[in-house]
Amino acid sequence: MAETDRNPWRRFLALPNESRAKTLIVAFLVASICALLVSGATVLLRPIQTANRAAEEQARIEALLRGIPGMTDLLAQSGGALSTVVVELAKGRAASDVTAATLDDALADTSNWTALEASADIAGLRQRPDFAQIFLLREGGDISLLLLPLTGQGYGGRIDAILALRGDLNTIAGIAITGHSETPGLGGRIEESSWQSSFAGTELRDASGDLRFAVARGEASGPYEVDGITGATRTGRGVANMVRFWLGPDGYGPLIRAIERGEF
Amino acid sequence: MAARIDFWATLTDPLLRQNPVTLQILGICSALAVTTSLATALTMSVSLTLVLTLSAVLISLIRRHIPDTIRLIVQIVIVASLVIVIDQILQAYFAEISRALSIYVGLITTNCLVLGRTEAYARHHAPVPAAVDAFGNGLGYSLILLTLGGVRELFGRGQLFGWQAFPLADAGGWFTPLGLMLLAPSAFFLLGGLVWAIRSWRVEQTEALEHVPPARTMTVE
Repeated sequence: MAETDRNPWRRFLALPNESRAKTLIVAFLVASICALLVSGATVLLRPIQTANRAAEEQARIEALLRGIPGMTDLLAQSGGALSTVVVELAKGRAASDVTAATLDDALADTSNWTALEASADIAGLRQRPDFAQIFLLREGGDISLLLLPLTGQGYGGRIDAILALRGDLNTIAGIAITGHSETPGLGGRIEESSWQSSFAGTELRDASGDLRFAVARGEASGPYEVDGITGATRTGRGVANMVRFWLGPDGYGPLIRAIERGEF
Repeated sequence: MAARIDFWATLTDPLLRQNPVTLQILGICSALAVTTSLATALTMSVSLTLVLTLSAVLISLIRRHIPDTIRLIVQIVIVASLVIVIDQILQAYFAEISRALSIYVGLITTNCLVLGRTEAYARHHAPVPAAVDAFGNGLGYSLILLTLGGVRELFGRGQLFGWQAFPLADAGGWFTPLGLMLLAPSAFFLLGGLVWAIRSWRVEQTEALEHVPPARTMTVE
């Protein structure tokens, strides 16, 4: 039985378990097979997960609309549908050559993104898309509700949200958090409807036009604040900065001014 | 040849006599966190049983070739990969429930129950007994989770699997939901009660005292 086996696989299996070579090879093999398994599952299942997330976002928009008082009546009057527009953020007007269907392709092109300077980048985004898809509801000729998608840096990662503004463009009608990776039980509570409901009726700007919106530390005081979440100061700051960035000059500011001038 | 393994005992022992949750007090974190409703408890039970059985089989298959020095990390890597795959499948096909379970599916990796079974049993036994043992332990865990989930959902919301078992007082019925049942403390109370009940019934499960209390001395002044 002294003859050595020619098959390298059997020779490897016959090695004593404690030999350095076997330890290294076993570790390498287990790691590679597990890596293949995990990446295979992720790649194969990603399309279904993306579709799930899109459906979930649609459901969140609908839930946001249902949660706004009087919204169902408004929708029924206006024919029951929101119109959607892709806007060019810097100019504050409808984009001429990008539609909702081609938005994803346009945003895959890095030339359609604008780098942000550190001083202006309060939401921690580094860059901002030049186009965004918004939803609006018209009543007669006037806009009665504006839904703006927002994104910003929270504590655990990116927070995505949709903010609903009333026709005066200064009162929040509601907010829906569509994606986040905050700590469950602490910052993760931003997805609870009880917290989101405190946004309704909150005002953004004071009489002089300064953006005053903030997430309070503790309970809200004044018309420009919403309640903070205990133990989630940085998440709260992230949400506040996200709202302040997107309603400021680098976000939807130009669009809001265009609507106020009646050009939209 | 080793003595024939009694599969029936291997499978049924962990249900009550050797229950991983109530006797060994393993896997408590998830048992407390995901038992607010039967649906989440069931999904968690199925996921854990699946991960536990698969990892026991895989580890048992390569048990003769795992170097002792890296055995723990090899086991954890296998368990973690299976957990990620299960989590991805849940996210794809059971998006709603996957959101309700949030991080707890990922935490199966660190559930002492899984590593405990692979380290204590699968590493020394052939794949079939290892699978039976793991499956039995998974069932034992599921039994406790479903019991807790059932009690909490029934008394917290008056429902079972979302079906209204008790008519709510709000809707003209007679049942006022106990809000406490849906909060984490109630899971502690129920689990503690369950452990006490099982140990009073099966006295052999009671652990020996670690300290003998000092004889009480009365001082009269």
